[in-house]
Amino acid sequence: MNFDFSDDQKQLRDQARKFLAEKCSPKAVRVVLDGKAPYDKELWKGLAEMGFLGVAIPEDFGGAGAGHLELCVIAEEMGRANAPVPFSSTVYLAAEALLIAGSDAQKKKWLPAISSGDAIGTLALFEGKGNPAPKNVKLTAANGVLNGVKKPVADGAIADFAVVAARTGSSGRDGDISLFLVDLKAAGVEVKSLTNLDPTRGQAEIIFKDAKAEPLGAGGDGWSILTQVLDRAAVLCAFEQVGGSDRALEMGRDYALDRIAFGRQIGSFQAVKHMLADMYVSATLARSNSYYGAWALSTNASELPEAAAAARISATQAFQHCAKNNIQVHGGMGFTWEFDCHMYYRRANAMALGLGSLSYWEDQLIDRMRKKNAA
Amino acid sequence: MNFDDTPQEAEFRSLARAWIGANAPKEYEEDLRKSSLGRTVLKNGNILEVAKAWQRKKADAGWACLHWPKEYGGRGSSPIERVIWQQEEGPFGQLSRMFIIGHGMCGPTMMAFAREEHKRTYLPPLASGEKVWCQLFSEPAGGSDVAGLRTRAEKDGDDWVINGQKIWTSGAHYSDYGILLTRTDPTVPKHKGLTMFFLDMKSPGVEVRPIKQASGASDFNEVYFTNVRIPDHQRLGEVGDGWNVSLTTLMNERSAIGAAVSTGFPELFEYCSSLMLDDGPAIEDRAVRSKLANWAVKASGLKYTSMRAISALSKGERPGPENSIGKLVAGSMIQDVATYALDLQGASGVVSGEDAELAGRFQAMLLRAPGTRVEGGTDEIMRNIIAERVLGLPGDIRVDKDVPFNKIPTKGR
Repeated sequence: MNFDFSDDQKQLRDQARKFLAEKCSPKAVRVVLDGKAPYDKELWKGLAEMGFLGVAIPEDFGGAGAGHLELCVIAEEMGRANAPVPFSSTVYLAAEALLIAGSDAQKKKWLPAISSGDAIGTLALFEGKGNPAPKNVKLTAANGVLNGVKKPVADGAIADFAVVAARTGSSGRDGDISLFLVDLKAAGVEVKSLTNLDPTRGQAEIIFKDAKAEPLGAGGDGWSILTQVLDRAAVLCAFEQVGGSDRALEMGRDYALDRIAFGRQIGSFQAVKHMLADMYVSATLARSNSYYGAWALSTNASELPEAAAAARISATQAFQHCAKNNIQVHGGMGFTWEFDCHMYYRRANAMALGLGSLSYWEDQLIDRMRKKNAA
Repeated sequence: MNFDDTPQEAEFRSLARAWIGANAPKEYEEDLRKSSLGRTVLKNGNILEVAKAWQRKKADAGWACLHWPKEYGGRGSSPIERVIWQQEEGPFGQLSRMFIIGHGMCGPTMMAFAREEHKRTYLPPLASGEKVWCQLFSEPAGGSDVAGLRTRAEKDGDDWVINGQKIWTSGAHYSDYGILLTRTDPTVPKHKGLTMFFLDMKSPGVEVRPIKQASGASDFNEVYFTNVRIPDHQRLGEVGDGWNVSLTTLMNERSAIGAAVSTGFPELFEYCSSLMLDDGPAIEDRAVRSKLANWAVKASGLKYTSMRAISALSKGERPGPENSIGKLVAGSMIQDVATYALDLQGASGVVSGEDAELAGRFQAMLLRAPGTRVEGGTDEIMRNIIAERVLGLPGDIRVDKDVPFNKIPTKGR
């Protein structure tokens, strides 16, 4: 048994960590946080040059052809660095949807462009309040055009194309939903930026008025494809959350060692030590659940739906827990704009919602466990 | 990343599986599977006798104390083989509980510090379950602060004379031998005046009194020592070096990974899967599902944390203090799980024992659970271990560190 990443994968992690330490310092993140740029274009270009954007994309489509375990490794580092780039929307959502359901022509058109950093993609699923569910998809597709509104769409304002979930039937079943690829720079698409919890990753509203769209996958297969995409993204996001948890824990630990109060390092008070120990526990449970998700994802195991939901819940909880208590350890300074703690707090809470809320995934996990037990 | 055995591991697993399949006491399998924290009932057998018989059978075939050297009754197996054995032994592993302290702590301490002739005399019958050992560390005045213990050992000729009291000694009432931590010098700081021995629990002057626990059961004991004589050759380590000797013991306790910690989750999930509430099946209730999901990811998180530790073992790495999280998470979780299982039963949850839902499984769990958060290191000690040894935070300020033991205050007010 080797329930761990390989030495090569660990080397890749070190390489990614070093690269991001240089190119994605908190100072660089703040350029986007302060609204001076919609995302870090230089970093995006650099990630393409390192081969990180296409790490799980086959060589035939311009990628590095490594695999999902390698992508998990990169994801963890992206989360750790709080990278202000559209990585999750482009790589976990758009690219994975194309890999699962794209035609050869569609893959040839978009995957090399993703790998080279020339195309940003996203998934347009949500329409206001609510979690992923066929009944929440109201946007319609007919005669090759889409009509409706998607909101929020992660990185929607900077994306070149989107995978859009649309209603193509009214039977009340999952088969009513189909997926489409839409060029967001084409006519009939209007994009508005939204302010959001985490300005280092934009959110947008996209209005489709007779926007041209081509089917992605067979008509009526949309929901089944989406479920697979969301499961994969849940594992990959979990690694970002694990990376973020670890970083928030480290920041708290370091501050507890440096800061003196009542004549002692604050890290010598049990109230502070125990808070940090509990953060470590959350982060460790999340990491272990995520490793299982990575195994299931990389082997396309039948356990993936359950493993993905468990990784999602565990990593979401851990990141929220570590990010909020990191601020608590820092005391007043943790609540300033100047300190970096709030960047992780914002990211943790935004990520907790991105693929559907925690309660949605709790529900999914129990459904999936029941299905497995029944089988 | 994979869960596959190496060819060697696979061969060991198939050997172990075949032997267990042919030899395990299957008549008790169902009872053992149904047991949970606070409730192990063998309908047609005395658990001590069944456990001793199974241990004996394993020893005769060379399957006892896998990680011990052969000359002391073990098998000389690698740590990963020990884990594979535990996986294959499954519910029958519960029969090893009465030997855990002897095999996991006393034996390794003897191996590290006893004279060769003592090792050859005492270790094989310990391995085979013929003799049971206990560990006499905790005292009324030394729980989490075990180095605060007061049991005195005074030299008298070639013997040491022991007077004092131990507490929370698991299994002392059926133990044949014990390892004993004593104070030999009260005039030096507390960690420096300790000495370790092993002794025959039938020695004159040893009195074992069971403790009636808050749960009503009695798994632990008080042990009183009145002028008990121990020959000097039964000393383990140097005089005054008992603290370091005890660290070896405790280290071994921690390295006993791979053994599944009990979280109560499988029991609760199974229960909720068939339970009907006033509004319908429990498993379809949103509130129930949310609770279950939260515990599910803790249970799976612990399971895969243990898998990661086993992988490290398989590569020859030694497990570290990070494994403290298992007990910390599982201890409070099983308490919460039991509380919630009773909540689901409404007013009838108050009924315990055989007349209760599932013969009182969750009621017994609830009453036993507080002990899991205290025994073998309290939640707070576990958090200190993680904070200090994993995260590198400062140790607690110890006001008694350099004070002679007999000058340390003994009363709070």
